[in-house]
Amino acid sequence: MDLERTVLALIENDARLSTKTLATMLGVDEAEIKALIEKMEKAKVILGYNTVINWERMGDDGVTAMIDVKVAPEREVGFNSVAEKIYRFPEVKCVYLMSGTYDLSVVVTGESMKDIAWFVSHKLSTLNNVQSTVTHFILKRYKQDGFIFEEPEEDKRLVVSP
Amino acid sequence: MSSMNKYISNVVKTIPPSGIRKFFDLVAQTEGVISLGVGEPDFVTPWHIREAACYSLERGYTMYTSNQGLLELREEIAAYEKRRIGIEYSPEKEVLITVGVSEAVDLALRTLLEPGDEVLVPEPCFVSYAPVGVLTYGKAVPVQTYDEDQYRLKADVLAKCITPRSKVLILAYPSNPTGGIMGQEDLEALLDIIIKNDLIVISDEIYSELTYYGKHVSIASLPGMRDRTIMMNGLSKAFAMTGWRIGYACGNQDIIAAMTKIHQYTIMCAPIMGQKAALEALRHGETEMRRMVDNYNFRRKLILSGLQDIGMDCFEPRGAFYCFPSIRVSGMSSEDFCAGLLEEEKVAVVPGNAFGENGEGYIRCCYAASVNNIEEAVAKMGNFIKRHNKIPIANIG
Repeated sequence: MDLERTVLALIENDARLSTKTLATMLGVDEAEIKALIEKMEKAKVILGYNTVINWERMGDDGVTAMIDVKVAPEREVGFNSVAEKIYRFPEVKCVYLMSGTYDLSVVVTGESMKDIAWFVSHKLSTLNNVQSTVTHFILKRYKQDGFIFEEPEEDKRLVVSP
Repeated sequence: MSSMNKYISNVVKTIPPSGIRKFFDLVAQTEGVISLGVGEPDFVTPWHIREAACYSLERGYTMYTSNQGLLELREEIAAYEKRRIGIEYSPEKEVLITVGVSEAVDLALRTLLEPGDEVLVPEPCFVSYAPVGVLTYGKAVPVQTYDEDQYRLKADVLAKCITPRSKVLILAYPSNPTGGIMGQEDLEALLDIIIKNDLIVISDEIYSELTYYGKHVSIASLPGMRDRTIMMNGLSKAFAMTGWRIGYACGNQDIIAAMTKIHQYTIMCAPIMGQKAALEALRHGETEMRRMVDNYNFRRKLILSGLQDIGMDCFEPRGAFYCFPSIRVSGMSSEDFCAGLLEEEKVAVVPGNAFGENGEGYIRCCYAASVNNIEEAVAKMGNFIKRHNKIPIANIG
């Protein structure tokens, strides 16, 4: 793998790896890593840095729903203009164009089911071109972005072995 | 209860308990330890392998296999070894599946040694070769390897250890504990002595996939060495499968047949669950294995640079997942250093003398640990060394 891909693969799993550590691990200058990351950020290859948080552990009861949306595509812009109208809502976390029985998959978060019901009935299904929606609420998170929620990775090895 | 020691055979009494065992007890009593003392991957066996093993259990594969092991696994091993070291071994006659390379070493020494025969053991090395040599009524003869030679076995040193009773040479590269490797030229330099003295080589290649410079070369692939070498490998290190206990020996059919005879009476066969898991690993595990090896390499560079930063001399290990820095800045013995480091900084590393006398003055640090733990452990070692530094760091040559 080239250096760019190697760096991306490493920080995709751990965004907090310092440029100094990355430089040492890969045997290159820290300045080179810094320049590379900056370049990737400018090129929008790296879009941002998230933290995966288990809010439930904080006692929060937030709700997430995945909504299947059927859309009538528009001439010239296809699904893009309606997707854009949807992703501008801050409570919308992800929007994907899908193959299969519906067109857009929308991930929405809210404080309660009521919040989401209101979003769907007032904002989403009222958009021109949106033909129908099916809302699925997430009941439990097992794994997200590569992290397993309830199973802390513990080291089961003997502390000293030959 | 009265002591039962009088019933224990003299040969068992003469072998010392593993130095690692002693240190393990010490570490086990301490809480909150960051350990660089382990001798195995920090990855759990990849899920596709575990899942395949579960499936084989569901299907009822819980029986004995043939003594040599499942034929389909031997075929897969033969194909893998052809890719890895370029040698063709007959799955029917030249491959024996064992309970780890440890069993294969035991079988080979029992097969080869007459009482009093000498086994040449390059040190520092894995803890079991010399004791097993003694248990099989041979005599273990340590052959020193040195820091300044990157722990490669040198022909002149080997030549001095040869006697009329020399019969077996153990080569275990990449090396546990030093991380040293032997390239093609290094191995070629030994051939004269090996052939002239009619030695059999036991080549323990368990760490061979973890080679970070060039491609691993097996001594078995050099001219005149195929039948003279018992090549041993296994799944433990490369595929993160230590607990499955699957290793194997490949070599001349007469030797493999003799080893199989002992294996069939003492072990019967390696466990079928492990063999099924190994089959999946060799068929579909290459990508995950490469990913793990890359990951060790990143951390190898990280720990090496960390050790240099805190003023510890360490030759660059090019294989396995260990580095073997000198502790002479501290002026302490290996055991005192490790005990002190554990007590004061709660970092566990293994005293070098556990791997042979000339490991004294060194420690083994395993970098199959998380990036955070490596960085923290090295920083703590730095604190420890600052407190106990006997030689000004600037004066270290």
